[in-house]
Amino acid sequence: MAQHEIIDHDVLVIGAGGAGLRAAIAAAAEGVKVGLVCKSLLGKAHTVMAEGGMAASLANVDDRDNWRVHFADTMRGGQYVNNWRMAELHAKEAPDRVRELEAWGALFDRTSDGRILQRNFGGHRYPRLAHVGDRTGLEMIRTLQDHGVHQGIDVHMECTVVTLFKDGERVSGAFAYDRERGRFKVFRAKAIVLATGGIGRAYSITSNSWEYTGDGHSLAYHAGAVLQDMEFVQFHPTGMVWPPSVKGILVTEGVRGEGGVLTNRDGRRFMFDDIPENYRSQTADNEEEGWRYTQGDKNARRPPELLTRDHVARCIMREVKAGRGSPHGGVYLDISWIKARLPNAAEHIRKKLPSMYHQFKQLADIDITTTPMEVGPTTHYVMGGIRVDGGSQMSSVPGLFAAGECAAGLHGANRLGGNSLSDLLVFGKRAGEHAAKFARDRGSVTVDSGAVDQAVHFALAPFEGASGQNGSGDGPYQIQYKLQGIMQAGVGIVRRETEMENALEQVKALERDAANVTVPGNREYNPGWHTALDLRNLLTISEAIARAAIERKESRGGHFRDDYPNKDPQYGTFNITLKKAADGSMQLERVPIPPMPPELTAIIEEMK
Amino acid sequence: MANQTSATFRVWRGDDKGGKLVDYSTPVEEGMVVLDAIHQIQAEQANDLAVRWNCKAGKCGSCSAEINGSPKLMCMARLSELPLDKPVTVEPMRAFPPVRDLVTDVSWNFRVKEEIKPFKPRKPDAPDGTWRMDQRDVDRVQEFRKCIECFLCQDVCHVLRDHKKHEQFIGPRFLVYAAALEMHPLDVEDRVADLKREHGIGYCNITKCCTKVCPESITITDNAIIPLKERVVDEFYDPLGKLVKIFSRRKKDV
Repeated sequence: MAQHEIIDHDVLVIGAGGAGLRAAIAAAAEGVKVGLVCKSLLGKAHTVMAEGGMAASLANVDDRDNWRVHFADTMRGGQYVNNWRMAELHAKEAPDRVRELEAWGALFDRTSDGRILQRNFGGHRYPRLAHVGDRTGLEMIRTLQDHGVHQGIDVHMECTVVTLFKDGERVSGAFAYDRERGRFKVFRAKAIVLATGGIGRAYSITSNSWEYTGDGHSLAYHAGAVLQDMEFVQFHPTGMVWPPSVKGILVTEGVRGEGGVLTNRDGRRFMFDDIPENYRSQTADNEEEGWRYTQGDKNARRPPELLTRDHVARCIMREVKAGRGSPHGGVYLDISWIKARLPNAAEHIRKKLPSMYHQFKQLADIDITTTPMEVGPTTHYVMGGIRVDGGSQMSSVPGLFAAGECAAGLHGANRLGGNSLSDLLVFGKRAGEHAAKFARDRGSVTVDSGAVDQAVHFALAPFEGASGQNGSGDGPYQIQYKLQGIMQAGVGIVRRETEMENALEQVKALERDAANVTVPGNREYNPGWHTALDLRNLLTISEAIARAAIERKESRGGHFRDDYPNKDPQYGTFNITLKKAADGSMQLERVPIPPMPPELTAIIEEMK
Repeated sequence: MANQTSATFRVWRGDDKGGKLVDYSTPVEEGMVVLDAIHQIQAEQANDLAVRWNCKAGKCGSCSAEINGSPKLMCMARLSELPLDKPVTVEPMRAFPPVRDLVTDVSWNFRVKEEIKPFKPRKPDAPDGTWRMDQRDVDRVQEFRKCIECFLCQDVCHVLRDHKKHEQFIGPRFLVYAAALEMHPLDVEDRVADLKREHGIGYCNITKCCTKVCPESITITDNAIIPLKERVVDEFYDPLGKLVKIFSRRKKDV
C-alpha cells in the first residue's frame, strides 16, 4: 500500500480563497491548531478574480443606507428562498468585516473626506460596494494572506483533498495528495471547514478558474451532508465573447455601475424594454435619470442595466435570439459613450476600470475608452451548496462546516453582485470560530485505516489498466469537455424538462467512462491525473444541478425554465435538497423554509 | 497569422534532474494566447505536461514562463505577437528550481515574504475605530498593491537569476511589498534597518529589468526601490547608497 504522511490539526480549513483564509484566521485567533489546504499556491485562489467590490452598508456615500436596507435588497435579489438568518447576519456584520480588512492593511478607494468609497451595483438600492478600482478581490485576498501568514497557521500549498473521513457520525479528517510529488497526506482533524468555492468548470463557458470543480460540494455530499439550491446557478450577464479563447472571461458589473450601457445591434438600449414589476419603483424610466444615478444623484433611480444579474442575462439572451446581437453572438457594453458627458472620460475610465481596460486592450485589441465591448452571459457562481446552520455554518455532519460559495443559503435564487466578497468574510469568520469551538469542546478523533486504503485505491486507479479501456477511449480532458458541453447545452441559462432529462442521462453515462479513465505518466505534477480525480466532483455536482433543476417546475432567479416561464408562489415555500442515500443514489427532498420572525418580515414589507 | 492553421511549440520537458525541449505542433486560431496552445497540447498530445495556471485572465499570476526567452504570463501572450513561422520556445522560469516541465518551485518567495515585518497601523483617527486617508496618498501605494505575485521580476533580476543571492537579497517583488508597507499612510512600523541588513537592498543596481517585465506595469525601480534606497541612505549615511541617490537624481534630471 502506498505510503502516506499523517498530519494532525484541531481545525482543518480546505480552500484558501477569501472564506478559507478568513476562517483560518478566525480559528487561529481562538488558540487552536489550524491547517489550511490550498489547491493552488497561496493567494492565487479564485477570489483574486473578483472585481467590483464588497457590499456593506457603511453608509459612507449615502447615509440612508443601513443593514435593514441591505437585508431587504439581498432577500429581494434572492427571490425570498434565501436562508433569512444568514441574510440578516450578513447585512449586520459586513461593515465590521470591511473595516477589519482596513485595519489589516487593505487600501480601498476613498471618498473626498477620506473614508472608504462605495460604488453602485446591481440590485443594491444605495452605493454600497467598498472597492479598489476593479481589482477588489486581489486586495482582499492579499490582505488576508499577508495577515494570515503571521497567525501561526500551517499552510499546505498545492494540495488537493480527494475524500473526507468520518469517525462514526463525526467528520474526522481528509485524504489529499500534493501536486508537486503526488505524495499522499492524511489530515486528522476535530473539525473541518470547507471553503472550496464553486462549480463553474462544469460548463464550457465560464468565468471560473480551473480549480472550480465543485470539490467541497462533492466531498460534503459523499460524506453524508445535505446539498441545497443546486438548481440556482448564476450566469453573469457580461462575459467576453470574442476572441474564442477568452470566451467567458468576466467583464465586471462595475462597468455598468460607472455608467456603461447595454445596446443591441441597432444601437437600442434594450434594458428599458423589460423592467420587472418588483423593481419598477426603484428603476429609472429614462436615460437621463439613469445617468444621474451613476453619478451619485441621490434623487435619481438606478438605470435598468443595474437590475439583477439573472434578469440582465436573460434580456441579453433575448436580444441575441431575436437576431439583434453583435457579430460574435453577444450584445454591446459601452462605457466610451460617457465622453459625451464627462471631460477627461478616457482617463476616468482607465482610473475606475484599469483591469478591464488592460484586459480588452491585451486580449481583444479593443480600447474600451473609444469602442464598445462585446459581451454575453457566462457561468459565474453557484448559489446552491452545502446546507448549513445559519449561525454556526455547520452542515448536517457534525464537525463539518462550510463557508463562502460552497455553502448555500445567503443568496437564495440569485446573488447580488458584491454580496460574495462580504459573504466570504462574514461567514468565513463565523465558520472558523464555530469550528474552533467545536474542536475544543469535543474529544479527539480517529481515522480508519481501511478508509485510508480505499482512498489510496481510488486515487491510484487512473494509473491502472491500459489506456482506452473506458469504452470511449477518452482521456480525462475529453471527458471533462464532454461534460461541459452537456451542461452548457442541457442545464444552462434557458432550461427545458426534456433537455435536462437527456443531460442527466448523459452525465450518468459519462460517470461510467470516468470511473475507468486512465492517464499516462507518474504522480509528479501530473495535470492529467489531477483532472481525472476532479471528474468525480464535477459529475456529482452536475447530477445535483440537473436533478434539482428538473424538480423546480417554475422560473426563479438564476433558474429559468422555458416550459415554466413564470414564478410559482408554491415553489417559494421550500428549498430543494439532495442527499446521498444508503444505496448510493441521489435523494431529493423539498424542505420547507422556516417562517421568518415578524421583525424581519416587517423590514421586507417596509422596503417593498 | 491569418492563413496560419498550425504552429510548433518547443516546450521544455523535464524535472530537477534535467530535461530537454520537445516540439509539438498544434492548430492555432485567431485570438489565441500561448496558454491556449499549451492546454491544447496537454489535452491532445501530452496529458501529463505540467503547467501552473488558474484564472487565464492575467489576474492570479500563476502561469509565468519564458516565451522565446522573454519572461511573460502565458495567458496574456498572444500568438499574433509572436513569429509563428518558427517554433515558439516555452520554458519555465530560470531563477527558481524546476519541479516539472513548466512548473518551478517558487516556495522561496513565500518564505521571504514572511520575514518582512507585517503591517502595523497607527491608532484609529475616529472614535468609531476608522481612519481617514486622502486618495492621493492611497494612489501611491495602490500601484504597488496591484502586484499579482507572478514573480517574473524575481525571474529576470540578475542578482537572483545569475548570482543566486537568494539568501542575501529579497528581490524586486519584496522590495515592492516593503515599499507598499513603508509608504502605507497608516503604517508605523520601521523596516529600513532590515532592508539594509537582512533584505540586501544594496544588491540592486537599478538595471530596471524588473520594471520592464512587470505585467501590471508597476514602476518597480523608480517608484518603489529607489525611494527605499533613499530611506536607507538617510538613516545610515551609507556611501554606496549615496552614490545611488546621486545616480537616481541624475536620472530624474534627464
